Amino acid sequence: MSRWDRFTETFLNTKVMARYLPDILSGVVVTIELALLVVVTGLAAGLSLALLRSLGIRPLNWLIIFIVDLFRSLPPLVVIVLIYFGLPSVGLSPSGFVSTWLSLGFVLMAFSEEIFWAGITSVARGQWEAARSTGLSFGQTLRHVVLPQAFRLTIPPLTNRTIAITKGTALGTVVAVTEILGQASSAMSNSYNPSPLMLGAAAYLVLFLPVVVAARWVETRFAWKR
Amino acid sequence: MIQTFFNPEIIVASWPIVLAGLRNTVLLSLLVVPLGLFGGLILALLASVKAPAVRWPLMAWVDFFRAFPPLVLLILLFAGLPFAGLELGGFACVAVAFFLNTGAYYGEILRAGIDSVPAGQVEAARSTGLSRLQAMAFVVLPQAVRNVLPDLLSNTLEVVKLTSLGSVVAVPELLYQARQAQSITYNPTPIVVAAAIYFLLLWPVVRLLSRLENRALARR
Repeated sequence: MSRWDRFTETFLNTKVMARYLPDILSGVVVTIELALLVVVTGLAAGLSLALLRSLGIRPLNWLIIFIVDLFRSLPPLVVIVLIYFGLPSVGLSPSGFVSTWLSLGFVLMAFSEEIFWAGITSVARGQWEAARSTGLSFGQTLRHVVLPQAFRLTIPPLTNRTIAITKGTALGTVVAVTEILGQASSAMSNSYNPSPLMLGAAAYLVLFLPVVVAARWVETRFAWKR
Repeated sequence: MIQTFFNPEIIVASWPIVLAGLRNTVLLSLLVVPLGLFGGLILALLASVKAPAVRWPLMAWVDFFRAFPPLVLLILLFAGLPFAGLELGGFACVAVAFFLNTGAYYGEILRAGIDSVPAGQVEAARSTGLSRLQAMAFVVLPQAVRNVLPDLLSNTLEVVKLTSLGSVVAVPELLYQARQAQSITYNPTPIVVAAAIYFLLLWPVVRLLSRLENRALARR
């Protein structure tokens, strides 16, 4: 057997891959579910916090800033472990899936709040006044003047962060979530063969590479022309 | 509640274990941050060669690691490589994975920094007799780094946070040690302590970043 044959036999073993493909695919479904939940709830919570912050209530703003800073400084894996292993001590037992969702959701909330807030504050007050003085209504000003400018500013950092945090769904494997990495790892230990892991790695690329390429396109499309 | 999450006896008992973890997290960060910066610098310098034969593979390389979860890369090295007869150990796996993964991110940032330095600077430097390498090292890079300093700092913060992945491959850093202490004491207090340490350590950096970002916005 040549070296190449031995390599493919070990790392790209089609028999093993075919056997564990259904497991990996069910992991893909879990990863997609988890990722969508994190993105939707995280961004919605971040936007809500940013809007709350724009009301300008001092004590509330301090609280928001503290929460945002907290989840920007804690590693996501620490938050996951804290929720999963900590909460059962007070009688709550969130599943690994829920723990991962909550943790990554909080982290994305914190980062996106900062970005949304930066977008809102970046549009100069004079823009509002000028738009309103030309006879545009509040809603029209928001839609046609403020949001397009804020949007351009927030898109590149927002896509970057969202991708980076969504990739964190792989961390769920530490708390026994049956997502891609979890399925691939247990398939590997069952078959004594790393091929399922290669399959899992390929699944991540198939899922995330289009998103990364799309993000790159969006970034150049919406970049400020200096 | 306090007995469960902030148990003083357990804090005292587990303190040496957690402290050893903190020391390793600091050491690990001191290793992987320069390693990532070095990898990023190589990528950014390669990217300044504008030839398509260099640019496209480079872009593919960076996008690959932006799409690939660092934990998957780490597990691939830690659990996959032994099948090829190469056993690296947790620590070395973390070093290699961080070199590859964070290098790609640092590379993107440094590339943007180099792009932000006007071409006239290079031309002026070259016309004074500096070689291409000298112009890059003494004229372009210092300005490039200065222009992207907030991004570099922000990425460094993420890298330090990412060292917690080491716990998955049994590197005895802060999170790993805290989990060991937790399983010995049957109490989540050590994990809360570890989280508090991360927060106290990194909060000043987060504050500083917030201020830098606000200042960058105000300058617009």
